Amino acid sequence: MTHHDEGKEIQVGKKHEVSGATEQTRSGPVFIPPVDIFESENEINLMADMPGVKSGDVDIDLRENVLTIAGEITPFEGGNEEDLLIEYEVGRYFRQFTIPELIDQEKIDAQLSEGVLKLILPKAEKAKPRKIEIRS
Amino acid sequence: MISRGLWNFPAYGLRTHFEELDRMKRHLDQVFHQVEPSRLPGTTAGVFPLINLTETPEAFVLRAELPGVSAEDLDIQTMGRNLTISGERRIAVDRSAKYHRREREAGRFSRAIALPGEIDRDKVTAELKEGILQVTIPKAEVAKPRKIDIK
Repeated sequence: MTHHDEGKEIQVGKKHEVSGATEQTRSGPVFIPPVDIFESENEINLMADMPGVKSGDVDIDLRENVLTIAGEITPFEGGNEEDLLIEYEVGRYFRQFTIPELIDQEKIDAQLSEGVLKLILPKAEKAKPRKIEIRS
Repeated sequence: MISRGLWNFPAYGLRTHFEELDRMKRHLDQVFHQVEPSRLPGTTAGVFPLINLTETPEAFVLRAELPGVSAEDLDIQTMGRNLTISGERRIAVDRSAKYHRREREAGRFSRAIALPGEIDRDKVTAELKEGILQVTIPKAEVAKPRKIDIK
């Protein structure tokens, strides 16, 4: 069953910049994409807001339980534009998660549309809950 | 839904249809014009979506990050030199799943901004790509800079 959050007004959220441990090689701001992560019996779903990232410019990596999401952006401001009002900054995206479940690497599915990354991480057989019959 | 945004243009703000506010605007403009808007990143009106506004000699270019908003759910209108962007961001919620994180916001939004010059309303174009809205608002002939030749 799915439903939509309706009627509510969106509050403005400032973009959070990556800070600390994961130092980047290149300069320029790097932002933490906001995510939704939800888990069903067979898979873990992750949705990340990465506006401005084209499908070829997103990099997903899962190794040793660490999932890394990185998104590149190409500057889209024309050269002859002069800033009048700048409320948000534009930059790359980077975020890492520890995934405690065993994931079936082969079947990971990633889609990027309308600036939203949708990642489906199917749980490996071993990680699926197995009902244990108790004999009397 | 409350339509906010009459005061949401910090650098050129307070442009409304009311004359008394118009008078206030002129005073404030004198103050704000001394500070270059581009030097003030992070100055926001606190209304979703955040916008970036630039200009070329021919047009104003407005951009907003609207990931996951489809074109059908977006409404853009102009009135005078005001531009309104409103719509709804829908996020499907899977009731049966267990949520670990919910950071993405869904809901309605409405924002109005006053452009700092006369515009050609008939030629406004909008494009939504990779979650970024780009509205190109051509300036009215009277607002375009004109080079004067010196004889």
